[in-house]
Amino acid sequence: MYDMKALYEAGSVEEAIALRLAHPEAQIIAGGSDVLVQMREGKRAGKELISIYGIDALRGVTIDEEENIRIGSLTSFSHITKDPIIQRYCNVLGQAVDQVGSPQIRNIGTIGGNTCNGVTSADSASTLHAWEAIVELTGKNGVRRLPIHDFYIKAGTVDIRAEEGEIQTAILIPKASYENCYGHYIKYGLRNAMEIATLGCSVNVRLSPDKSTIERCRIAYGVAGPVPMRVPTAEAVANGAKPTEALVEAFGNAVIEDINPRDSWRASKAFRQHIAVEMAKRALRESIILAGGELA
Amino acid sequence: MSNVGKSEIRVDAFDKATGRTKYYEDRMPADALYVRIKHADIAHGMVKAVDKAAAEAIPGVVKVLTCFDVPDIPFPTAGHPWSMDPGHQDVADRHLLNRHVRYWGDDVAVVIAENEVAANQGVRALKVEYDVLPFVLDAQKAMEEGAPQLHERFPGNVLKHTDMKKGDYQKAIREPGLIKVEGWYDTPTVQHCHIENFGCFAYENGGRLTVVSSTQIPHIIRRVVGQALGRPWGDIQVIKPYIGGGFGNKQDALYEPLCAWCCTQVGGRCVRLDCAREETFVSNRVRHAIRFHIVTWLRKNGDIAARKVECFSNQGAYASHGHSIVAKAMGSFPQHYPCDNMECDAWTVFTNRPAAGAMRGYGMPQASFADEANIDDCAAALGMDPYEFRQKNVMPQGFHDAFSGNTNYYDSFRQCMEKGAAYIDYERKKAEFAKDTGPIRRGIGLATFWYNTAVYPISLETSSNRMLLNLDGTVNYQCGETEIGQGADTAYAQMVAEAVGLKSYRDVHVISCQDTDVTPTGLGAYASRQTYVAGFAIRQTADILRKKILDYACEVTRQAVGNMDIVDGNIIRKGDGSVLMSLRELAMTAQYNPVHSEHITAESTYTIRNNAYSFGCTFAEVEVDIPMCKVTLKNIVNVHDCGSLINPALAAAQVHGGMSMAIGYGLSEQLLFDEKTGKPLNNNLLDYKLSTVMDHPHLEAQFAENPEPTSPFGTKALGEPPACSGAPAIRNAIFNATGVAIDHNPINPHVLFAEFTKAGLINDPWRSKED
Repeated sequence: MYDMKALYEAGSVEEAIALRLAHPEAQIIAGGSDVLVQMREGKRAGKELISIYGIDALRGVTIDEEENIRIGSLTSFSHITKDPIIQRYCNVLGQAVDQVGSPQIRNIGTIGGNTCNGVTSADSASTLHAWEAIVELTGKNGVRRLPIHDFYIKAGTVDIRAEEGEIQTAILIPKASYENCYGHYIKYGLRNAMEIATLGCSVNVRLSPDKSTIERCRIAYGVAGPVPMRVPTAEAVANGAKPTEALVEAFGNAVIEDINPRDSWRASKAFRQHIAVEMAKRALRESIILAGGELA
Repeated sequence: MSNVGKSEIRVDAFDKATGRTKYYEDRMPADALYVRIKHADIAHGMVKAVDKAAAEAIPGVVKVLTCFDVPDIPFPTAGHPWSMDPGHQDVADRHLLNRHVRYWGDDVAVVIAENEVAANQGVRALKVEYDVLPFVLDAQKAMEEGAPQLHERFPGNVLKHTDMKKGDYQKAIREPGLIKVEGWYDTPTVQHCHIENFGCFAYENGGRLTVVSSTQIPHIIRRVVGQALGRPWGDIQVIKPYIGGGFGNKQDALYEPLCAWCCTQVGGRCVRLDCAREETFVSNRVRHAIRFHIVTWLRKNGDIAARKVECFSNQGAYASHGHSIVAKAMGSFPQHYPCDNMECDAWTVFTNRPAAGAMRGYGMPQASFADEANIDDCAAALGMDPYEFRQKNVMPQGFHDAFSGNTNYYDSFRQCMEKGAAYIDYERKKAEFAKDTGPIRRGIGLATFWYNTAVYPISLETSSNRMLLNLDGTVNYQCGETEIGQGADTAYAQMVAEAVGLKSYRDVHVISCQDTDVTPTGLGAYASRQTYVAGFAIRQTADILRKKILDYACEVTRQAVGNMDIVDGNIIRKGDGSVLMSLRELAMTAQYNPVHSEHITAESTYTIRNNAYSFGCTFAEVEVDIPMCKVTLKNIVNVHDCGSLINPALAAAQVHGGMSMAIGYGLSEQLLFDEKTGKPLNNNLLDYKLSTVMDHPHLEAQFAENPEPTSPFGTKALGEPPACSGAPAIRNAIFNATGVAIDHNPINPHVLFAEFTKAGLINDPWRSKED
């Protein structure tokens, strides 16, 4: 039995906005795999909830008129993994969210919840950062879009304006971001399921048509800092470079310059730094191979 | 032998698979009040006051009770048979709620409420004031002078110290040319993690107290509830329904006494006390963390000349099973690798950690980790193959232990090792893996263990049975040895069918639910004893039942008792094998005979004064990714000599479960505590890394079936043994793969990172600049 004050169910985005404005203290709940856990722990005990889980319009993956990949915020992890658009254009995202918790959690958990939670360890977050996703928020003043990097303010806090009745309605990946792009995600956990990442690393590359050059390389981490982060120093090393083992080494070693993992009882900073370097190398190698390249 | 030795389907399979099985919560009265416990959030101190006002004001809160309200009756909790000798009785160091807080999570107060939400709110609203005392988490630090003291009766925090001596160690080590192999081996605090958390409910009924509990030991719980409440034991009825696992945690009085007492404080209304997973980790029982110091002196030919073993067992805050665990651990050494000169010491030490109690293996997984790690270190020091070193030194055939009366009748260790080596292709793979020099290296390791089947002669071993012939010729069977998921009921059904002479184990109805008002007194499920111990009572009780049946058959058939037998549910004439009548006909005739009506039933108690060695080994094959600090277990096999198998499929399942536990023990599981506060850090199933099915390779279970001569059915222990040798086998495989000998488990990526860095296998250039 959960200690909740009230539960309001929204049938549409408009209703959700209206409920949000009427109950500014209420917590939005989608699949509940984070919110109910926190409520059970007593952290959100006695709160009001607004459920948006019934808004089917927010489910599904499409290509919109601007050729963005549009992922409705309530799309479940298992849906994303099996979606043909994701598999064709951004398979790494499907692979990343397929590493969340367990099959049950992947069926109930949503990508909107995963990002709105604002935690650095979210399995979708590093890949969405590495693919420069755009977050779509809808409120009383209409739609607001912002880069995912700006959406994350600090650990546990994202840019959603409750006072404007905002909810997250979609995550977009622009064509320029996904076209001819191949990526790989490595989740480092202490076991092979039921894990929150000790570190997550997502790398993607776009090779030149003759596969001889890395035109663009992007890398992002979860748990390498308080929020998911890109690693510009390493990206600069790889951009325009030839795909070689020497490059992979240099790329991996460069991540140390930018990442800032914390020391905690869950893992030491030194350990996280060590695996960050190794994961960057392995994810870059795999991305180059997926893109049809060869490592010289 | 027709009903035993067969992989019959579990008697409870259908109900469990379809969700019909009734656990304690399924029997819960709808109007039960909720009890929630206020756990201390300091590691050590005295409760000065509890402010109940805010909690009592919450709608739905019925009553708040604190450590100042409970009777001053200390009681023991261990699920041991009661001893008539006060010197052997368990330590009575618990109160229902404690003013002297001895660990983070100790029980300070309870809130009883109409519903769960109000009970939780009530607990959050309680304000407890403490006089905070310094605390100690480490067993050896707790033994130091000036360490915080936990119990007045145990100055220096030592619950007990025992030793064992053989030959003359000090003299033996002076032999010239000996090689000394010394190590400190540390094992962690882990928890049982049975699927069903502990819970119970209690109500008054006709002036008596009924407690329904998720327990392994209903009859012992009746005794402890009586002791804790100061009530005659006959006042207490304990009912044990199906339970979702126990692994020893439920071989202890957990919260049954507190729940029963709460019931008496609300006019006898039904109260329920359900532990959350977080509480199960901290405020139930854990496995003892034991630190071993082993010094082995070797001759160049591989003989063990002398050995010294010191064991420091972290008891946590309360005595529970106490010294029994480390005593068993220590006792394994002189028999596992017998040598002429040994000195062993064991200390059990109170610390400000959760109380350690029984857990599958009862000290042996700890001892096995240390012993088998040291044995591999010995082999390495000699340049000998670890397999060969064990073949040379492990307990030989014919070895006899005078204290337990156990004999190694067959050459079980060597048989098991040979089977395991053949399955895993030891020689060939070892040679192949030795060539690995890159970042990914493979290795193979092994470990052996022995285990006692029951608790004789340390404690009482007894089993009582009742058999009732039903009117359809089937037999109802009751005993106090409980089904806790291991499949005991199915084994009993097969053994009873065999002993009575029924056609099928389906003709036996095992009354699974123990009720102390009606079930013959038994000690419960622990010590891997059920099949062995119940076997004696089954054979004896079946003989009584058979005699009654044949005596009655003699009246009906006029055949001499000695000329008849019961085979496949029929009474036959032995001479020509002709069927005289079926058991159904006999039962109906006996029941409804207007001249001599008889309800045919048998009941008896057997006191067992034997024990039996159970043996086995594990071979593990690993792949170590050095840069990623990761171990992948590629292949693992356990081989057991647990005597004859009653049900091979269930035996294999038992082994699989134990192997899974050993994998977690070896690679991932550990309950962590904050050094600054004593607070448990990871008492949930996310942060406590119980291994998942995704972390397991195929689990191979094999057997060397040597019938145990002392057992009526040729059986001996298999419940706990599968958990004993897996972790050291994995440790030794990592040693073989990398050359890095790691002397503490679990060997998780953090440990590998530190050890590989120390060994120079990992070298992060940026670290020197930062650290």
